[in-house]
Amino acid sequence: MGLSEEIRNKYQAVIGLEVHAQMLTKTKAYSNDKNEFGSQPNTNISAITLGHPGTLPRMNKKTIDFAIKMGLACESDIAPEQYFARKNYFYPDLPKGYQITQDTTPICTGGKVIVKDGEGAEKEVGITRIHMEEDAGKSIHDIDPFNTLIDLNRAGVPLIEIVSEPDIRSSQEAYNYLTEIRKLVRYLDICDGNMEEGSLRCDANVSVMLKGSSEYGTRTETKNLNSIRNVQRAIDFEIERQIIANENGETINQETRNFNAVTGTTTAMRSKEAANDYRYFPEPDLQPISVDQNHIDRVQSTMPPLPAALFKKYTQELGLSAYDAEILTDQKEIALFFEDIISNTKNYKSAANWLMGSVKSYLNEKAIGIGEFPISAARISELINLIDSGKVSNNLASQKLFPAMLESDDSPLKIAEVNNWIQDSDEDAIKNMVLEVFAENPSEFERFKGGEKKLMGFLMGQLMKKSQGKADPKSASKLINELAK
Amino acid sequence: MYATFAEIKAALSEGKTAVDITKSYLANIQKNKHLNAFLEVFEESALAQAKSVDEKIKSGTAGKLAGMVIGLKDNMAYKGHKVSASSKILEGFESIYTATSVERLINEDAIIIGRTNCDEFAMGSSNENSAFGNVLNPHNNEMVPGGSSGGSAAAVAAKLCTATLGSDTGGSIRQPASFTGTVGFKPTYGRVSRYGLLAYASSFDQIGPFTNNVADAALITEVMSGADEYDSTMLQEPAAILDAKYDSSKKMKIAYIKDCIESEGNDPEVKARTLEVIEKLKSEGHTVEAVEFPFLGQMVPTYYVLTTAEASSNLSRYDGVHYGYQSKEAEGVEATYKKSRSEGFGEEVQRRIMLGTFVLSHGYYDAYYTKGQKVRRVIQNKTKAILDEYDFILTPTTPTTAFEIGKNADDPITMYLQDIFTVQANLSGNPAISLPLGQHSNGMPFGIQLMAKHFAESDLLAFSDYMMNSCN
Repeated sequence: MGLSEEIRNKYQAVIGLEVHAQMLTKTKAYSNDKNEFGSQPNTNISAITLGHPGTLPRMNKKTIDFAIKMGLACESDIAPEQYFARKNYFYPDLPKGYQITQDTTPICTGGKVIVKDGEGAEKEVGITRIHMEEDAGKSIHDIDPFNTLIDLNRAGVPLIEIVSEPDIRSSQEAYNYLTEIRKLVRYLDICDGNMEEGSLRCDANVSVMLKGSSEYGTRTETKNLNSIRNVQRAIDFEIERQIIANENGETINQETRNFNAVTGTTTAMRSKEAANDYRYFPEPDLQPISVDQNHIDRVQSTMPPLPAALFKKYTQELGLSAYDAEILTDQKEIALFFEDIISNTKNYKSAANWLMGSVKSYLNEKAIGIGEFPISAARISELINLIDSGKVSNNLASQKLFPAMLESDDSPLKIAEVNNWIQDSDEDAIKNMVLEVFAENPSEFERFKGGEKKLMGFLMGQLMKKSQGKADPKSASKLINELAK
Repeated sequence: MYATFAEIKAALSEGKTAVDITKSYLANIQKNKHLNAFLEVFEESALAQAKSVDEKIKSGTAGKLAGMVIGLKDNMAYKGHKVSASSKILEGFESIYTATSVERLINEDAIIIGRTNCDEFAMGSSNENSAFGNVLNPHNNEMVPGGSSGGSAAAVAAKLCTATLGSDTGGSIRQPASFTGTVGFKPTYGRVSRYGLLAYASSFDQIGPFTNNVADAALITEVMSGADEYDSTMLQEPAAILDAKYDSSKKMKIAYIKDCIESEGNDPEVKARTLEVIEKLKSEGHTVEAVEFPFLGQMVPTYYVLTTAEASSNLSRYDGVHYGYQSKEAEGVEATYKKSRSEGFGEEVQRRIMLGTFVLSHGYYDAYYTKGQKVRRVIQNKTKAILDEYDFILTPTTPTTAFEIGKNADDPITMYLQDIFTVQANLSGNPAISLPLGQHSNGMPFGIQLMAKHFAESDLLAFSDYMMNSCN
């Protein structure tokens, strides 16, 4: 498909995303069965998960709190009264013949997520709703050549579905939105955000319209998107396909489409007319849920700082660059480590540099997370303070002291003392040494004095040799200049 | 034969054992096989239980129900035992867990003797919808025992066990109790855990006992009641204490619904006897007054719209894929669903699934389901208004005595009207009891129904016990 820039520019894409996130609760949404990925098939199942005759759902209250957290993070309204609904359809991996979900009373409505648009400027993507539901089991088609196998470990795992407004205008924005959602669920510790394992899943609603039009085109819904990159690819394909169809005067059908990651194309799965009538009605086996403001406040008090707030703090209060702030807030663990460092030092820039430099290189080299990093945030703060007090030089700190700290639990000060690395900032001692260097190198001294400033390096080198590296270079160079006058 | 728990306790104190008692019931079941009350007798596990109960009695550690022999309606889970809801669709299915209510009975040393016949998935008023044949009324074998808990009612009437459990969605305990001359009690919705009860209509279903006296109904309900973490729709309170005796100095205020007495379908003797009971109560100093309840015509339709809606969803799990009956002919998943369900479910169950699917479907939902919910709310409010002013509402349990087998089989509407006086308690969730206070000249018994405030089981049962003495 070749589409000229000119034709493409006539159209505006309109995109909304539906994201399903599996909640990291210990047990399932409506039973005490374990919620665990990777167990042997059909081991996390009791009579309730199996939907055996006579069983009833038991509400896992943790799920409600997790959904509230996501709602608060998106500044949604939390519904004070809500009930569950049954969505009825037959499928072999749906043992009850219905899914327990929320229909007319989602736990969260409204809200927004701030993302970067295609040009890198900030924009709001509205949240329509967030609701709770249970996952289905898994149908496995590729193990037995003649039969479909069913694994019900996933059946009943709690999900939240986050539905965005059709506010997204490009595949890049969709990419950024999804990255932001994943960052949020990971910060909140409610979902591991792993799209490959299916704990975060995304369906993309895409339509195109002529620029300037106020009427949306017919939309398609694309499923089976198992990475953020594939969401972007599928949207790109859909936009192009729909523009070409429009240009050729073909109608676009409202339909569900399947993405093929190998070819990068989407194909029609089923049309909306053939869609199921899910016959939603209130789930009579569960009591309605009331959520009062006190409860919401309690949940709020357990929430970590969120990336958007931290980004703002780092750029506006701490004076860090947007680039630094972006990297520091990308992962919650890094951000929290940074927060710990700066609770003991005011040198924010240095803290950021240490974390993004030496610390990150070490983590990358060892392929470990910050949780396994051997030096505590408090000791990094001490190191920064030690440098700032002039007791060790930056160079010595990164060349010698930092590596030593990886091997020892002692404070950086103690390590420096034991190794005789404390910088001599005693002016008289250095002064004498400078005068000695002048005396021992008379011709260089004369040339320096005569204006040959490049000899500063030579003189400093001699001084460092004499002081065994302990002279503070800054004050030493100042003294050389003064004494040579 | 032992009709009540009091008789069993007397026998035990005279040296009989629980094994003796169980064996005599087993023999009586054998003798009355033609009634078709039991689908399966758990002879082995019942005798094993009886043996252990005898040991406990000896060591003085026996529970409250030691020696009581109980039959379960075939829609309750009992671990390691078959359960079929009298349906072919659950062919070969065995429960892997035990219903909370059953477990609580067993914990108090009740002996579970078997599972009783019923209308398929508790849908019916005559027990003619069982996939395993009719149950005969012990009072006259030409007659139905009522339904849906027909086997449970017949078993108690014929003394095949001390008591049985039934489930009541629109009258399925009280109507057969009326037809068989037994006490049938439906507790308040939320009093007894539904965990392990094969659902027909979740917001209506309630488990309750059939017994030959009020005291046994009270004891069994007491043992079964109380909060259960496995049923979140329950009253989250401890078990009810239901051994209160009626204080004869306390005069009650009783309402009767005029339309129920005057209802055209009422048998004249049923009407006359109801009026006689009313007069008797008045003569004992109670206030008995007629009240208006202008929704009699709306109750059965509302009930059928809402219960079939819930049933259509509740019965989705019987799909021929996971357990139970699977059509041998079917190829592919779609055909497996269609054929297994078409072959596995009986006609009445299919009718109700279709009706329920219809009322929930897009475009009809508001006209039927939403409207049904609204009418239910009106009925609930009006029932509450009456019971705010009165202690009880009194009606006949059924308009007639038991009818002949086959007589209404082809006429679902007449059959549905069997529930005309009983559905109110299910729509509103109130406790209600059928007391065997009527005896027709045709030789058949019939019941008087008493309905009480939510969770007022104690008052209701105490007064019922008094009525059984004073009005008989």
